[in-house]
Amino acid sequence: MKKRVFSLVLALLLCAALIPAPEAHAASGTINVYNWGQYISDGSDGYIDINAAFEEATGIHVNYMTFDSNETMYTKLKTGGSSYDVIIPSDYMIGRLIDEGLLLPLNYDNIPNYRYIDEAYKNTAYDPDNLYSVPYTWGTVGIIYNSAYVDEEDVGSWDLLWNSKYAGKILMFDNPRDAFAIAESMLGYSLNTRDEDELRAAAYKLIEQKPLVQAYVMDQIYDKMERGEAWIAPYYAGDYLMMAEENEDLRFCFPEEGFNFFIDALCIPTCATNKEGAEAYINFLCSPEVNGENLDYLGYSTPESAAKEYMDPETAASDIAYPSEETLSRGEAFLYLDQETTHLMDSLWLEVKTEGETDYTPIIGISATVLLAAAYLTARGVRDRRRRANRCKKWRA
Amino acid sequence: MKNKALAAPYLVWMAIFTVVPLGIVIWFSFTDSITGAFTFDNISRMGTYLPIFLKSIWLAILSSLICLVIGYPVAYCLASAAPERQRFLYMLVMLPMCMSFLLRTLAWVALLDDTGIINGLITSLGLQPLPLIRTDGAVVLGMVYNYLPYMIMPLYSVLVKLDPRLTEAAEDLGCTPAQVFTQVTLPLSVPGIISGFTMVFVPAVSTFYISQKMGSAGTTLIGDVIESQFKAAYNPNLGAALSLVLMVMVLVCVAVMNRFSDGEEVATI
Repeated sequence: MKKRVFSLVLALLLCAALIPAPEAHAASGTINVYNWGQYISDGSDGYIDINAAFEEATGIHVNYMTFDSNETMYTKLKTGGSSYDVIIPSDYMIGRLIDEGLLLPLNYDNIPNYRYIDEAYKNTAYDPDNLYSVPYTWGTVGIIYNSAYVDEEDVGSWDLLWNSKYAGKILMFDNPRDAFAIAESMLGYSLNTRDEDELRAAAYKLIEQKPLVQAYVMDQIYDKMERGEAWIAPYYAGDYLMMAEENEDLRFCFPEEGFNFFIDALCIPTCATNKEGAEAYINFLCSPEVNGENLDYLGYSTPESAAKEYMDPETAASDIAYPSEETLSRGEAFLYLDQETTHLMDSLWLEVKTEGETDYTPIIGISATVLLAAAYLTARGVRDRRRRANRCKKWRA
Repeated sequence: MKNKALAAPYLVWMAIFTVVPLGIVIWFSFTDSITGAFTFDNISRMGTYLPIFLKSIWLAILSSLICLVIGYPVAYCLASAAPERQRFLYMLVMLPMCMSFLLRTLAWVALLDDTGIINGLITSLGLQPLPLIRTDGAVVLGMVYNYLPYMIMPLYSVLVKLDPRLTEAAEDLGCTPAQVFTQVTLPLSVPGIISGFTMVFVPAVSTFYISQKMGSAGTTLIGDVIESQFKAAYNPNLGAALSLVLMVMVLVCVAVMNRFSDGEEVATI
């Protein structure tokens, strides 16, 4: 009996271990922030530590977590089980989240600093009535290349990513939307095409590029480009400015065919448990001083003209973070594609990722192993039978 | 009989965290990702991924075999060392496992990269860097390195329990050392080989991190595809179907391997 009680207690204990311990902070005093990797000034290189400054100003504790693509963030929200108070997705993903009812409308009374946001970044296509999102940064996608290895003559177009001269030194986006956009630009399609044939043609273009690609990466790009492990990569202009500080040979180019222009914005998902804390955080990030110092470190472009005063004048005047009207006219923003097109793109992307040259080694190898195993088992069977027969013979003799 | 009650905690644990999730995996495999209706669509798409399944299995077999070839002599030396040294040597084998699997793989990346430590040495001698990373060979190397202790442990525990009187008897009866090994030691250690092989093969066939870090863009293994379906594409149904098929394949492989040791026991009785 005692043993039974003991084992019951053990079983209960095992299950109890799974129940999270009560949070040390009261619910009203903590917010969970879910942001892109390397996307906030964290106190390194003598810049401001945003989260620490926010904690000091408001007494609200920040649990800070990161994702590496909009799609990863979406999956995390969709699978549930986690609670985030502030998320920072990009335009098309905000459109998708609004469409699926995953965002809460903001209370702008708690976000007075919203008035600093420039009119150009309000009433956007993804959130036409400014109900759900407050712009955090904006930027463009272009090609980063290492001028020590890449000929200046080859630069200028997305073609550079398909140039076999640099095979094995080219990186590519590891998310379908950004990767397809490049192929679509090259083929002259809209970045928001829903046409199945056009999407297939873009996927084919990406498969064509695959043998030249060193790896499909997101955040790893920093390390690979800074060390010169890879020479050419498409990425966000703001990150280029950060990488260029580590490696002076890196250059940036706005491809002639056109490129993606994006806005990343602060939103509150429906799973939020501390909406007021989240709004305080959004408000804090929108204050021109904080925004300026934060983006001074990040290199991304600010949606608040007033914030430029608090930035290093050189960064504020950078023609990569703030390209000319003429260059910007080549940019195209992503719109949310409907669910069907998103699924089509996901499955085409999987085709791109799994496509490989026909390789017969595995088939030959596996067949050889199976044959050897079968031969061994048969031989052993025969031997055993003979042994048993011999034993019987001896017995009779 | 009452001692059986002590197993109850694990049985409860297993029911909640193995049997129920397995049911969910099967449920997801046969439903549609958008409508949730019953469908064979996910399973019928498996043909497309056959080359990837084959490649994963082949690389896993290859690394298990290499682990066996490297691990057997190590386990043999370990088992025949003096008892007080055995404990120390065994600890040395286990030592790498005290560090995170991810770190160990990243360390290999740092070693093998085109601008990594080894190629840095080579280029400083004025030679061209070698293509060490982003090949299938690099993936196998990563698997062998990470899973080798799983091969050595079961081999060692079988070899150390081997009755020395059996080998002595074989020697007395006129066997050469080579014959003692092939006729006595090797057949008796087959159960260790089988369980070592299984313990390397199963994690190797479903690995995804090693292939992402050390493989090329073309070395996509089935674990990578499953991961992508859960992590980014949000198609858990296809991911579940892939896992289910992989699970069945692994079970078949393990069942076949077990045939080797079953027969051997009969033969030695």
